[in-house]
Amino acid sequence: MTVEKISARCRLFLTVLLFGLLMLGVVLAERYLNAYLVRILNTACIYVVAAVAYNLVNGVTGQFSLGPNAFMAIGGYTVALLMLPLAQKKEVYFLQPLIWPLNAFSFPPSLFIVALFLGGLLAALFALLIGIPTLRLRGDYLAIATFGFGEIVIVLANNLIPITNGALGIKGIPEYTNLWWTANWAFWTVFVVKNLVNSSFGRALKAIRENEIAAEAMGVNLFRHKLLAFVLSSFFAGVAGGLFVTLISTVSPTLFTFSMTFNLLIIIVLGGLGSITGSTVTAILFAFLQELLREVEAPHTIGSWTFPGIPGMRMVVFSVILVVLMIFYRRGLFGQRELSFEDVLYLFLGRKARA
Amino acid sequence: MSWVTFFQQLMNGISVGSLYALLAIGYTLVYGILGLINFAHSDVFMLGTYFAFFMMVIFLLPWWLSVLIGVALCAVVGMSIERVAYRPLRNAPRISALITAVGVSFFIENLGLVTVGARPKGFPRPDLMKNVYVLLGARIQGVTFWVPVISILILFVLFYIVYRTKIGIAMRAVSRDMETTRLMGVDVDRIILYAFALGSALAGIGGVLWACKYPQINPLMGIFPGWKAFTAAVVGGIGNVVGAMLGGFIIGLAEILIVAFFPGLTGYRDAFVFTILIVFLLVRPGGLMGEVVREKV
Amino acid sequence: MRKLFVVVLCVGLLLSGVASAQETIRIGANLEMTGAVAAYGQMIWEGINLIREIVGDTVLGKKVELVLVDNKSDKVEAANATTRLIDKENVVAIIGPAISGSMLAAGPICEEKQIPIISATATNPLVTQGKKFVFRACFLDPYQAAAAAQFAREDLKAETAAILSDIAQDYCVALGNFFKEEFEKRGGKVVVEQHCKTGDQDFSAQLTTIINANPDLLYVPNYYTEIALICRQARDLGYEGVILSADGADAPELFSVGGDAVEGLYHTAIWDATKGLNDIGQKYIDRYKEKFGKDPNMFGALGADAYLILINAIERAGSTDPVKIREAIEDTENLDVVTGKVTIENGDALKPVVVRKVEGGKFVFVKTVTVE
Repeated sequence: MTVEKISARCRLFLTVLLFGLLMLGVVLAERYLNAYLVRILNTACIYVVAAVAYNLVNGVTGQFSLGPNAFMAIGGYTVALLMLPLAQKKEVYFLQPLIWPLNAFSFPPSLFIVALFLGGLLAALFALLIGIPTLRLRGDYLAIATFGFGEIVIVLANNLIPITNGALGIKGIPEYTNLWWTANWAFWTVFVVKNLVNSSFGRALKAIRENEIAAEAMGVNLFRHKLLAFVLSSFFAGVAGGLFVTLISTVSPTLFTFSMTFNLLIIIVLGGLGSITGSTVTAILFAFLQELLREVEAPHTIGSWTFPGIPGMRMVVFSVILVVLMIFYRRGLFGQRELSFEDVLYLFLGRKARA
Repeated sequence: MSWVTFFQQLMNGISVGSLYALLAIGYTLVYGILGLINFAHSDVFMLGTYFAFFMMVIFLLPWWLSVLIGVALCAVVGMSIERVAYRPLRNAPRISALITAVGVSFFIENLGLVTVGARPKGFPRPDLMKNVYVLLGARIQGVTFWVPVISILILFVLFYIVYRTKIGIAMRAVSRDMETTRLMGVDVDRIILYAFALGSALAGIGGVLWACKYPQINPLMGIFPGWKAFTAAVVGGIGNVVGAMLGGFIIGLAEILIVAFFPGLTGYRDAFVFTILIVFLLVRPGGLMGEVVREKV
Repeated sequence: MRKLFVVVLCVGLLLSGVASAQETIRIGANLEMTGAVAAYGQMIWEGINLIREIVGDTVLGKKVELVLVDNKSDKVEAANATTRLIDKENVVAIIGPAISGSMLAAGPICEEKQIPIISATATNPLVTQGKKFVFRACFLDPYQAAAAAQFAREDLKAETAAILSDIAQDYCVALGNFFKEEFEKRGGKVVVEQHCKTGDQDFSAQLTTIINANPDLLYVPNYYTEIALICRQARDLGYEGVILSADGADAPELFSVGGDAVEGLYHTAIWDATKGLNDIGQKYIDRYKEKFGKDPNMFGALGADAYLILINAIERAGSTDPVKIREAIEDTENLDVVTGKVTIENGDALKPVVVRKVEGGKFVFVKTVTVE
């Protein structure tokens, strides 16, 4: 079903409008919502950044990577080390002091954006290093190699005590993240990735997903495209990691374990592998679902009845959802479709799509 | 280090390696036939220990009977997983089956956490397994002798099944070409079920023997041994049963000896195994005994 | 069907939340009920509920309502649980997570929102450092390690020691480091240091290296999940020296998994459960034995202590204003709690260290150590 495309100028206007609405939403949320809800919204936006990036590799390019947690960790630790005030650096690294030059400086709040970019860049760099050898591997092997990398990063985080402070982690990271930052990053990530997917580069990625050999025969440089998607995805994952650590003000190796990858996996599968809109929607949904399901887990007293809590049910429910989705509804919510401006406009205007 | 210490570490490595070998055989069997990495294999391994444990503790059955029942239950679980989660995706893209495998694995682990809790339980084991013997200055547990013996026995049984029985021939045929085998009138679904039953039973046996050596069971105990065994399968050549055994010993020895020779690096122990995995995947994905497969267009 | 269930549950929850309005004092319990150290959280919860049976559950004429949230032994969850308890459940105080890592995540939130939080067992010094609203009912790791080192040198007469610590746990790493410092300060020598990781089951390589270095003492400041296996493998490999652990060893699984291998294991603890040091302590021990049929553990006792400290503070403050409660907690002096008398100073509880030994499948009191 094709839809009459709207003009580029109209599209630009709609994008700006959307951005404006989002910012308005942020203002209202900051003023009227309680801290608990704001925290969830922040988490939701960070998930959007990470999930959309992850979907670029897994969904759009069809390369099964199981290592986004590693890149989030790299980004997170980088931002933490850059932004941590000097006094904290002395206090937190009480087992072994932080190495030079990291212990000699600390970014002021105005350089937060720089720290985030550096976190993303470092993650992207590692993605480059890891991607060059491993992206030549096919499907399942790539998954395992990236998983292995993820585990190695955690082991390094635990052991490189003069850099990461090991299992003690870093605390007292200034909480710069707020809805302005996360919502903006979420918006721009979706913007960049969506435009990428709709470009010829994106079409090449999709071709790779559908049939690598055919794509190669058509002249697509498999390796370069996969690598670029992987590196870009890792950049955003790194930024998401950086945002996350400045949200919760601590970082430690247990923050970015395989569970994080698993959460992202559920998000992109539920949303539809390959659909950016899908990942955005389900990322937000997931953040709320996590908290909602916490209700199910806690004990409740209704009147004189006490339902005992079943702690841990949350993950069981998520696993079941994942398996059921894969078996019965692999497309997820949006399949590979995107929600475009055209769809929304025509919904409102009631005009029928032109075949 | 002294010769005695070296020998002790060697024995440590062989001991752990033989357990990985047993577990690796299960991975390789399923991969050889379905081309699927069964992430849930490590969780069936864990279930084997719990089944045996409950048989012993709740029903107060003797050890050997509990183990037999536990292993049988594992086979049932393995077949159920195949039937429910993997069969519907037989014709789906690889990535879907992999995601499902991850999902099943997480499901079993978390179900375990919810039902029996994360607090570990002590596994009762027979004296046969836990007695310590001294050989050439090294102290070795009984189980260290038994596991290679049992593994080799299993290898013989497997070879017999795979090369001498009809089911075995069918399994080999399915791994070569599923469609043609189906056209030849073989009930492919049934054969795959058998393969899973076999692989899962092996996981169960591996689990019980593991619990004999490390008598502490908890729902997450299978994760790392599973990955190390999988590495072993890859190193040996995925799809090759003898390779899996070989790989198991190699990985076990590597894990122990690296840490023995570089005692300052004990914190990195797991990273070494994963590094070996990645290196093999990059340099020799076919493993030591596997073939290099060319993809035909 | 499931959706309907969730909706009904939520509605019920809302109603129940409204119904149980202002006639109760709500205290949050942010504990590890599942996850890697679920044993600790569960034991603490047991202790809290037990002491409530003994002293009753009212203060200032109102009923005390405990709101339990599981933090799954995870830092992020601990932080979320704290935010939730404060913002949604409107608690006036929180009994915080058992482990230091989670307390470090929860503490800053409480400090910011000015809600006092007290941990039963978090021993890392950073937990209370520089904070006004964060407290603990137990001793600190540097102190515990110093006591262990002193005991090792003076009582066990150990000249050399080896350390096998869990690199993935902040508690273990810190204790290992402090012990090394203190042991060497007192003239001992740490001959080898090895690491393991939470969840590891095979320690044969590390232990063989350790045994090769022939230490008099093996210091294993880990959580119970690893200690039992380490002891067993150490004995199997022929280690005949002394094994010394820290407060993390106190869990029933130590015996069920370790069996005869943990006989003779020493550990530093906060309390000995065989004799009550005061009236309430004895009552607690008796009640525990009556209800559960075994000796009480340290975690439960400290959980009870945390609860008693809170209740006492609320009483002395005469109000449910969290800031006033916080001041009252800081003023706690020589309060009779289950583990003896406690005085709070700068957020920390001043308590002596007790050394116990495993004999006949249970912990036996050895001596109380005051660090010089």
